[in-house]
Amino acid sequence: MINGISIDYFILLSAVLFTIGAIGVMARRNSIIIFMCIELMLNAVNILLVAFSTLHQNAEGQVFVFFVMTVAAAEVSVGLAILTMIYRNIKSIDTNLLSNLKD
Amino acid sequence: MTALILILITGVLALSAEIFNLKKVLYPLSILGILVALGLNFVEWHQPFSWKYSDNMVKFDNLALAFSSVLLVTVFLWFLMSKSYFNEETNLVEHTSLVLFSLIGAMLLVAFNNLVTLFLGVEILSIPLYVLAASNKKNILSNEAGFKYLIMGSFASGFLLFGIALMYGLAGSFDLFTITNALSTDKVPNFAYVGIIMILIALAFKVSIAPFHFWTPDVYEGSPVVITALMSTIVKTAVFVAIMKLFLWYFYPAYGHYVEIIAAMILISLVIANFSALRQNNVKRLLAFSSISHAAIMMLLIIADVRNASTVNALLYYTFAYSVASIAAFASIHFVTGGKEETLDTLKGLMYKHPFIGVSLLIALLSMAGIPVTAGFFAKYYVLNALLMSSYKWMIIAAILASILGVVYYLRIALKLFEVDKKQDNGIIALSTREVFLLGLSVLLLIVVGIYPDIIANTFLK
Repeated sequence: MINGISIDYFILLSAVLFTIGAIGVMARRNSIIIFMCIELMLNAVNILLVAFSTLHQNAEGQVFVFFVMTVAAAEVSVGLAILTMIYRNIKSIDTNLLSNLKD
Repeated sequence: MTALILILITGVLALSAEIFNLKKVLYPLSILGILVALGLNFVEWHQPFSWKYSDNMVKFDNLALAFSSVLLVTVFLWFLMSKSYFNEETNLVEHTSLVLFSLIGAMLLVAFNNLVTLFLGVEILSIPLYVLAASNKKNILSNEAGFKYLIMGSFASGFLLFGIALMYGLAGSFDLFTITNALSTDKVPNFAYVGIIMILIALAFKVSIAPFHFWTPDVYEGSPVVITALMSTIVKTAVFVAIMKLFLWYFYPAYGHYVEIIAAMILISLVIANFSALRQNNVKRLLAFSSISHAAIMMLLIIADVRNASTVNALLYYTFAYSVASIAAFASIHFVTGGKEETLDTLKGLMYKHPFIGVSLLIALLSMAGIPVTAGFFAKYYVLNALLMSSYKWMIIAAILASILGVVYYLRIALKLFEVDKKQDNGIIALSTREVFLLGLSVLLLIVVGIYPDIIANTFLK
């Protein structure tokens, strides 16, 4: 219990956010939206980590959130760099045009 | 541990080489760094080292030392292979530092003792590889490969993180020892099992076990050959050690909850990988499917449920044999095609044009197919031997049928080597001494280790 709210609700909230993000990655075609959805997935995890950290009354989980944020930033910066290269080559960032590699 | 620090220093030096005008000595320096790190691993053998300032987050025991030696040997061979790839367009400085940083992530993954280090290891291993996969800037195929790898990798790390968060919720700590204890109690909440499955899915993404393998052929085909060689070797070695540590030791109290899922994943991988490989025309794509099949065979060690040194020995032997054979095969393809398209026809008549590369490629392929005298045979033998005692004996038949299919598609490449090439003659392939040394060394390793398997397969005493 955190302030009278059961931990199950926190798990449910972050699971819902995570699922929205995961569906977004699979369904959306715009690369920027895909990155946003990945951010959403990682931030859903952050909510969960902070909730558990409060529940267990130790700070490890909150420290881990910083690691997650750092890594998410690194991943997105690499991703945007790759997108810039793609835009230079084909003048678009629509993932439908990125289908040169297949059987 | 000192090896890890030394590689870190080498990586930072490599990164700043352009500032200090060290570009000329960079290549020998990195090779020297790797060899000294390898030597340090042997010095530290039997002296367990855990970094007490980091709350036991990394533990360099014998297991970590042995597997990081395999990683170091792989990267050493990779450096020998890739020298001819570097030119004005492909920057030596950036490639060297990214590869070394990726190696650090891999070494963290074999030594982690805490879920935080697991996550950081996976990310440090992957992020440089996303950049490397897309490193052929003007080629849209390479860009696309990097992009796909990045999206799939970040997607998988989302799953990994969710799993880690749930395990933290269970135990109130990221320490694996605490988590094992928490899993052994009577009242384990259901979300902990969900967490374990999510970690399994994430790691299956990384080693490309079906049904999470769909990115592999695309990424392997699009990336430059030398990068594909790196991706298919160090990632598999490092992540498989993580899988073995987690699912055969630390999460063992919950073994019954995930073993059937792993068995199903292996079966799907064996079927999909081997049947898809039969109809490939691109060598890199074919080797991608073969790597999925190898991953499935390594995964058999988890369902074999043998929790002693023989499993570790079997995995050590398998990763070594697979890494060396992969590097040799990709190196041969790299020398022949030189960055152009890698269809099966480019290998036509290689045995007559350049017998040395031809023979090396042939032996690498035979080792991958598991033909005796090469290392690949004993690699498969140890895995299937472990499976004999388990409740999944029928899996042996599936694995052997898959290996027979494997022989068929490896022989398809091998037969191309002997075909007479009438129309084209794209000149003589000149090999430098370094490249001859690389191919010779890998072939020698494959055969010597294949004849005397005990050199590696008795590393850990029973």
